[in-house]
Amino acid sequence: MQTVLQQIINALSLGSIYALLALGYSMVYGIIKLINFAHGDIYMLGAFAAYYVISLWHFNFITALLTAMVVGAVSGVVIEYFAYRPLRKSPRIAVLITAIGVSFLLENGMSYLVGSNARSFPQVIEQVNYNLGGVLISNIQILILVTALILMVLLQLIIKKTKMGRAMRAVSVDPEAAELVGVNVNHTISFTFALGSALAGAAGILIGMYYNQIDPLMGMTPGIKAFVAAVLGGIGSVPGASLGGFLIGILETFFQSIGLSAYKDAVVYLVLIVILLFLPAGIFGKNTEEKV
Amino acid sequence: MAMLEVKNLVVNYGVIQAVKGVSFKIEKGEIVTLIGANGAGKSTIVKTISGLLRPKDGEIIYQGVAIEHQKAPQIVAAGISQVAEGRHIFAGMTVMENLQMGAFLARDRSQTKQSYDEVFARFPILKKRKNQDAATLSGGEQQMLAMGRALMARPKLLLLDEPSMGLSPLFIQEIFTIIKELNQRGTTILLIEQNAKQALAIANRGYVLATGNVQLFGTGAELLANPDVQRVYFGG
Repeated sequence: MQTVLQQIINALSLGSIYALLALGYSMVYGIIKLINFAHGDIYMLGAFAAYYVISLWHFNFITALLTAMVVGAVSGVVIEYFAYRPLRKSPRIAVLITAIGVSFLLENGMSYLVGSNARSFPQVIEQVNYNLGGVLISNIQILILVTALILMVLLQLIIKKTKMGRAMRAVSVDPEAAELVGVNVNHTISFTFALGSALAGAAGILIGMYYNQIDPLMGMTPGIKAFVAAVLGGIGSVPGASLGGFLIGILETFFQSIGLSAYKDAVVYLVLIVILLFLPAGIFGKNTEEKV
Repeated sequence: MAMLEVKNLVVNYGVIQAVKGVSFKIEKGEIVTLIGANGAGKSTIVKTISGLLRPKDGEIIYQGVAIEHQKAPQIVAAGISQVAEGRHIFAGMTVMENLQMGAFLARDRSQTKQSYDEVFARFPILKKRKNQDAATLSGGEQQMLAMGRALMARPKLLLLDEPSMGLSPLFIQEIFTIIKELNQRGTTILLIEQNAKQALAIANRGYVLATGNVQLFGTGAELLANPDVQRVYFGG
């Protein structure tokens, strides 16, 4: 029982990080129908931004989190502007390949600039472990979970209650109709990238705190896992992405805890295959036919 | 000065020249209709006025200003709203949210409140369905929502692209009555219709389009009485 609870705690903190990442994938897909393969690398940039401001300028958690989010948001907007916007009217495959190219550019560019070796993430908050009836919870785990949940609630509020959020939803259902009521589609897309990438930046600092180490290629695997999470939840769906993230976190932790650590990545890809075969629209996805 | 004047408009749609030098004008307070078969270029003209398409050549003058190179949001802000063919409501958003989107550029809150009241007074069904997903509305209700959404921007000129398409005869009657009422209240209207008879019946003037050109024009009554129009559009 204790072990199960312990694993659930671990799964929730890891899952919340995947959820943050998956949200960005899903939002960007929702608005421009692009699987942004560079999304995982924005998370890496966020982690590095936090790493530098904490170790060089001794930022505290909140300011480092905000820095990571701003760096994430700015990179997302810049990438969209220079790499994806010129291809807005091109076939989707061209944009997809560009996204992969941007991903390689960020990974190798960062390896070149800062070196490809892993470095340990500075301790921004001193770790304290609480023993609750045999279950160990660290303050870091609580912080990760709470931060992720707050960000998800904020995101939901922005999407549901603000004018910009309505514009985002309108553009994702019908960009032309949105334009006809006066929405600037380009600004709305930039805003979506900013939001999604800010969450990726936040996920970056949280993962740094979770694993205590970062490197320029750290975005690859979590990026793909978050993509699987987004597909699992139903790509384009915000609650779906959160749920998918938590499910992937739980699954991965479970396989690790039963001694199959070596297969923890493989099982995530297995989930992708199963979902694509049996539930291609995902848990919350709408099964919409393409209209002409 | 005409409210809207289109001069020698040429628009390409991909490789096809969909509009080949069309000219027409709309005076303030009028209902003007463009009629013609599928592929005559009607929708292309409307989309070009709205700023969704760029003309190859020609001019679009709105209240004395050339607008053919402005973008859609600017044109909405200037007072031209379009109800697109096929309604294009925002599915997955509530009726209320759709109307809020209609007032996207509105700055004056008290005026926006007045717009809601006016729209709900004209389309009581929308008030009843306020919190429902717009996708759950019937075709006729969706058309009303699309019109209500366009009216939220308080347009001076309303472009209606096939508002009666796919509706039951009862709803078609209602939509035409509403168009007339909107016009009486002071909105100038450009009406695109395949339902030529009814469109001409309520229009001050009409233009008959075929293969990207204006073939005929005149007052609504003149065109209704024209034997060629009768033969081609009313089936004898």
